[in-house]
Amino acid sequence: MDSLRQIFFQECEEQLAELESGLLEIEGGSEDPEIVNAVFRAVHSIKGGAGAFALEDLVRFAHVFETVLDEVRKGRLSTASPVTETLLRAADVLADLVRVARDGGNVNEERIHTAADELAALSGAPIGANAEPEEEVSFEDFGFTPVAMDFPVFDDIAVVDTASVEAEAEPDATTYTITFRPHPSLYTNANEPVVLLRELSRLGDAQIVCDTSTIPTLEELEAEGSYLAWTITLATTHEEDDVRAIFEFVDGDCDLEITTGDLASGNDEPVGVDDDIAALLARVRGEFTDTATESASPAVSDTDIAHAGGSASVDNAAVAAIVVANIEAEAAKPTPEAAKAPAPAKAEKAAGSDAPSTNQTIRVDLDRVDRLMNLVGELVINQAMLSQRLTDAGLARDSEFATGLDEFEQLTHDIQEGVMAIRAQPVKSVFQRMPRLVREVAAITGKKVRLVTEGEDTEVDKTVIERLADPLTHMIRNAIDHGLETPDKRLAAGKREEGLVRLSASHRSGRIVIDIADDGAGINRQRVRAIAEEKGLIQPNAQLTDEEVDNLIFLPGFSTASTVSDISGRGVGMDVVKKSIQALGGRVSITSRPGEGSTFTLSLPLTLAVLYGMVVTVAEQTLVVPLTSIVETLKPKAGDIHGFGGDSRVISMRNNFLPLIDVGRELGYRSQPADPGAGVALLVESDGGAHSALMVDAIQGQRQIVIKSLEENYGRVPGVAAATILGDGRVALILDVDAIVAASRSGASTSETAFALAG
Amino acid sequence: MNAFSAALVQEKHTGPARELIAFAVGQQEFCIDVMAVREIRGWTPATVLPHSQSYVRGVINLRGAVLPIIDLAVRLGFPPVDAMGRHVIIVVKVRSQVVGLLVDAVSDILTVTDAEMLPPPDVASDMAKHFVCGLLGMDGRMISILSVENVLPEREDGEAA
Repeated sequence: MDSLRQIFFQECEEQLAELESGLLEIEGGSEDPEIVNAVFRAVHSIKGGAGAFALEDLVRFAHVFETVLDEVRKGRLSTASPVTETLLRAADVLADLVRVARDGGNVNEERIHTAADELAALSGAPIGANAEPEEEVSFEDFGFTPVAMDFPVFDDIAVVDTASVEAEAEPDATTYTITFRPHPSLYTNANEPVVLLRELSRLGDAQIVCDTSTIPTLEELEAEGSYLAWTITLATTHEEDDVRAIFEFVDGDCDLEITTGDLASGNDEPVGVDDDIAALLARVRGEFTDTATESASPAVSDTDIAHAGGSASVDNAAVAAIVVANIEAEAAKPTPEAAKAPAPAKAEKAAGSDAPSTNQTIRVDLDRVDRLMNLVGELVINQAMLSQRLTDAGLARDSEFATGLDEFEQLTHDIQEGVMAIRAQPVKSVFQRMPRLVREVAAITGKKVRLVTEGEDTEVDKTVIERLADPLTHMIRNAIDHGLETPDKRLAAGKREEGLVRLSASHRSGRIVIDIADDGAGINRQRVRAIAEEKGLIQPNAQLTDEEVDNLIFLPGFSTASTVSDISGRGVGMDVVKKSIQALGGRVSITSRPGEGSTFTLSLPLTLAVLYGMVVTVAEQTLVVPLTSIVETLKPKAGDIHGFGGDSRVISMRNNFLPLIDVGRELGYRSQPADPGAGVALLVESDGGAHSALMVDAIQGQRQIVIKSLEENYGRVPGVAAATILGDGRVALILDVDAIVAASRSGASTSETAFALAG
Repeated sequence: MNAFSAALVQEKHTGPARELIAFAVGQQEFCIDVMAVREIRGWTPATVLPHSQSYVRGVINLRGAVLPIIDLAVRLGFPPVDAMGRHVIIVVKVRSQVVGLLVDAVSDILTVTDAEMLPPPDVASDMAKHFVCGLLGMDGRMISILSVENVLPEREDGEAA
């Protein structure tokens, strides 16, 4: 059950994403009925699934939502802007409800009620009326007793009466005649007709007749065939949609006919009545205007002919034979069955169904992909080891070995790329969360904002995506809260009242680049400077370039908002963003032009499983320094290095003195400082953009390495980010540059304590 | 001989039999439950971990996984040994953690019952208190049963992280 729940919530996520993107398209002015249908389907599926898990709050809200969308779908409600805004808000509430259902926690009841009221107002019905049917189909025990199925002889017709008492047909009960003929696939998919029939009989008074006429003789009988069909005469106060909903999970696995009226009048020839149906459709269209207001009489609201023009309420006695067979389980597959569709409605459905047929996908447990990824990592290491051994043995020059090795290398590389591609996902999943955020922040700040997203299909590793959401959220909040001006100021500056935030992603030289641009006032450099001075982040008379001033906002404890709002402005914003981006091996930069806006650019690696590193030697140990943090490397002259205090040293570079950090000492590989003249200095950028120089003994080269966790079997090691395995099969540690630099700053105290302990 | 003594043991005591793997560290014999052992392999040079405890030799590559190596001699309070080709690494798995134990040599597989395991005597040595959870007397040998969990390094970040 748990795994089913999990799948349900996964699907909910997808449906919610589809819902939101559909609504946004509608908001953008699209009038494609397919989008409305897709949106409706999304809400409907969530409702259906939630029903199965007895998530009543969710079902109830989804139902109200669905009712409104149905109105939209039938063209009775225009998608003008106030309506779409309400719908978008409702989608947000729905997402909240799903989240609460999954993770627990509290729902903001008030918000749900407001949204439900708004929706109810749109659909023109009091909420009570909408909520009521839900109460009836809720999952309490209705005192139902199991149906006794009785098959005396096969060629007889088994009549099954529901045990529910002779329910007097309620005053305005409709009688449906349902013909249900399962396909073998229904049984293959582990569905059980008895359960469906039982559900049906809960809706009202059901007369179930089993049709055994197609059962072949015993020799011809296939064990896994499907030979039984049922005809159910159901007297119920429920609408046809409710009846149909019971069969939702067997869509496509059965022939299903639902007709209003008595069995006697139409059951024998439901398939041969194309003309009647056409006539009926015509009538439906004609009557549409008259009947739209009569909501009390039972309505045949056939979901599948909805975009044909509307629905109709049909007199009880009238035989409305609307036949829909084989509702596809996956709408993406307009099956050949469409050809034998008995009604025009069917054809239309097939043609108009989920038009952009999506690629076939499978769900794979992330663990399996990770395991594959690990194996590929080992393959890469093994390949490197093999090639090194062949070289050591002097065989690599032999042309046969050389070609073989090359091919092996190429294959390994291709496999690695292939596995990475499996883990890659479009950034869409993160970008999709942003419109909601923008709406909320815009509402709180009273600014008008339009969000434009580009390059949503840009792919990047799943782990990167997951860890991208928070920084992006922060930056978008900042862009709206600090970047954009209020509408009055914008108008005064001759800009459009509505501010623009552009979120775009693209691939650039093996990295993913994400831009967050606003067309606001730009960074107010004087103010930034003043604040930085006031907070003691810079010296009052420091000479700073514009770029350096802009970068001050990434310093810890910097906040330009004079009032602390609950959106942004706690002063933890941008430095946290920068930290989390750096933790991903990425960089953040700003460009800003006064009056024209600012652009934040994030540059991130495509995956966290491999990185490009510089392999260096320190005190006979091999270490890897991530290339992303290295600015440049140089061979220092002895004259450039100056002692600074007892223990520290600095290196002079282009009229600047930078701290020189002895990696060997910092990691405890040696106690005596290394001879700086013999080593190499790596100029690195660390937290807050500060530069320092790392002293290492020698550089071996650059290569792509596979990251291995140290924490899995051991634990955290200060100054070490992770480990990797090199071509010689030995483990090399990957340096955590930020930690080394930070440790060297506080290093004096630790070495003192070390001395104290020693003494 | 060993098989014989094991058989003898089986005869003398009924009850669930356990298999233990015995090894030598610093002239003494120790053993651990064979169920914890993943594999036994030869010594390869380890990569030193900075700021680690003295008994952590470093990490080695175990078919793509990074495996920390604990020098059991140091851990149990013996003087450190120069690891060489004849030393052996016993790879053990405790909970989800896989760790290599550096020992001098592996000697036997013992089959014993709970009844044969004696409680450790009350001595002052830290090692005895912390790491040894039982003793076995066998043909004049004394073999200490190690608690593998306590031998593992304390995790600095803790499981809570």
